[in-house]
Amino acid sequence: MPLGFFGGIYNNHLALEATLERVHALGIEGRTWCLGDIGGFGPHPDHALELLRASGVPVVQGNYDYALGHGLGDCGCGYTDPRDNRYAAISYRYTRERTHPRHLPWLRDLPPVLRVEAGGRAILLCHGSPRRTNEFLWESTSPDGFLEWLCTAHGCDVLVCTHTGIPWTRRLDSGQRVINCGAIGRPANNGKTEVAFALYDPETDDCTFVPVAYDHERLAAEVLAEGLPAEFAETLTSGWWTSCLEVLPARERAAGQF
Amino acid sequence: MPEHDVASTPGMARPDSAEIHDDRRRTDSPAAPRPSRGTAAPPWLPFRHLDTLWLQVTGTLCNLRCTHCFISCGPENHSVSLMPKDQVLDALARAPGLGVRELYYTGGEPFLHPDIRLFIERGLEVAPVTVLTNGILITERQAEWLGALFGSCRYSLDIRISLDGLTAEQNDAVRGAGTFAKITRAVGRLAARGLVPAVAVTEVHEGMGAPEARLAFLELLRGRGCRSPRVKFLPVFRLGAQAERLGGYAEDERLAEGDLAPEEYASLQCSSARLLAADGVYPCPLLLGQPGTRMGSGLDDGLRDIRLAHGACVTCHLTGMTCRT
Repeated sequence: MPLGFFGGIYNNHLALEATLERVHALGIEGRTWCLGDIGGFGPHPDHALELLRASGVPVVQGNYDYALGHGLGDCGCGYTDPRDNRYAAISYRYTRERTHPRHLPWLRDLPPVLRVEAGGRAILLCHGSPRRTNEFLWESTSPDGFLEWLCTAHGCDVLVCTHTGIPWTRRLDSGQRVINCGAIGRPANNGKTEVAFALYDPETDDCTFVPVAYDHERLAAEVLAEGLPAEFAETLTSGWWTSCLEVLPARERAAGQF
Repeated sequence: MPEHDVASTPGMARPDSAEIHDDRRRTDSPAAPRPSRGTAAPPWLPFRHLDTLWLQVTGTLCNLRCTHCFISCGPENHSVSLMPKDQVLDALARAPGLGVRELYYTGGEPFLHPDIRLFIERGLEVAPVTVLTNGILITERQAEWLGALFGSCRYSLDIRISLDGLTAEQNDAVRGAGTFAKITRAVGRLAARGLVPAVAVTEVHEGMGAPEARLAFLELLRGRGCRSPRVKFLPVFRLGAQAERLGGYAEDERLAEGDLAPEEYASLQCSSARLLAADGVYPCPLLLGQPGTRMGSGLDDGLRDIRLAHGACVTCHLTGMTCRT
């Protein structure tokens, strides 16, 4: 039976709603996990929090969740360029100011990793990487040898992560597999407005990405109505990243528009 | 954000302890701890894992004589020789087994090495490769080859080009007459082939790292055809040619136990990187040839904890500097 993994909600309550509907349609409720970063980027943080908590989907803690839960001054996304950090600061301040205090202990106490046994495979769920919550595992900069070391060091056959926002998966020669489930909160810098989550069958080791369409125009309107940067709305309606770009490796950067 | 106590587990991965790495860079502000001036022992830095393998492919041989070069590279500097082909290929063959995450080729000027294309091709079979270059040798033909490779290679290929000013006057005073035109032309050649070159600027001129200067660099690069301009700023290290001109680190300008913030045990690049050169292995690219910093002859000799005992370690500590792009 397949398992579902999604991450990077980034306050996108409409995409979360559509994802949960898709999960229900696939009949994988109870076998689906969220890999963290519920806040950021989008509008009305409590909408997604309440929807997710009501769904009963188990959640791994992302850097955003950790930062909000601990009352930190920034999101700890791991950006290093001033341009990325400027947009990150706007998102974080907005989210922190509008997240109801009742959610904070829940965010604070989320687990940094979860382990699942399925189909005879040890599956490790994390946000960025199992060694660091805000480590970026991009497809073009995560070589096989490194991933094999990472999986072995952390005792898993399948490693599932998010944090970068761009989905990819790779089966290693060692038989181990890495899945970056991408993000449902913003498109994958590919010119498409839909988002995606990962569907993994531990019996067959097949992994696919399930596209999720949602009312992105409505979310973009909410972004603008909340006074968030127009660049965020543009990303939602164009499918191309317009902010927090500097962290992209050369290969992923070249694939985008900006 | 908290760092786990890596000092208590030198060299070990920490399964199930997902660690938050706060990448915010500390600055030399009154709030930052001051480096010790006394006789306390320098701090130990546990070696975590070989994420980043630097290869000093052309040693100290360069076609330029930059006034701020931290290893005084130049056309006549053969103090560290070119890496033999077999040494580089052996290191690349070992990289996957060591779990290396990324490769950096540096020098000197890497494109002076007769086997540089082979090194780039072989490197990209096992890990993403970044080449640090001054751009002078990026001809139309070289750019064409790099562009084709960029579009077809398995892992990311990054070309990082050094430029030390917004004008020929600024840059050429540091890197040599006529270099501004050649460097910016190289940027344009790579951009025209679909690459996304990163430009590295050493803050040798006052105000170079300020927001206005950053924006000006981005505009300059856009003007050279870069759709997605990338700029990295680097502090000046009082080493090599720079030290000869303006003085090096004082004897007592050293770190001491207790100076490091918890997150630095992960953020300092020497916690997860080593430099391999023709003459042996070093903690980082900055310390090539510095007395007392060579860790041994082979890569294995470098896979151990170090003491941050050099004056340059103070600069990394205070600025949050990393040589990675």
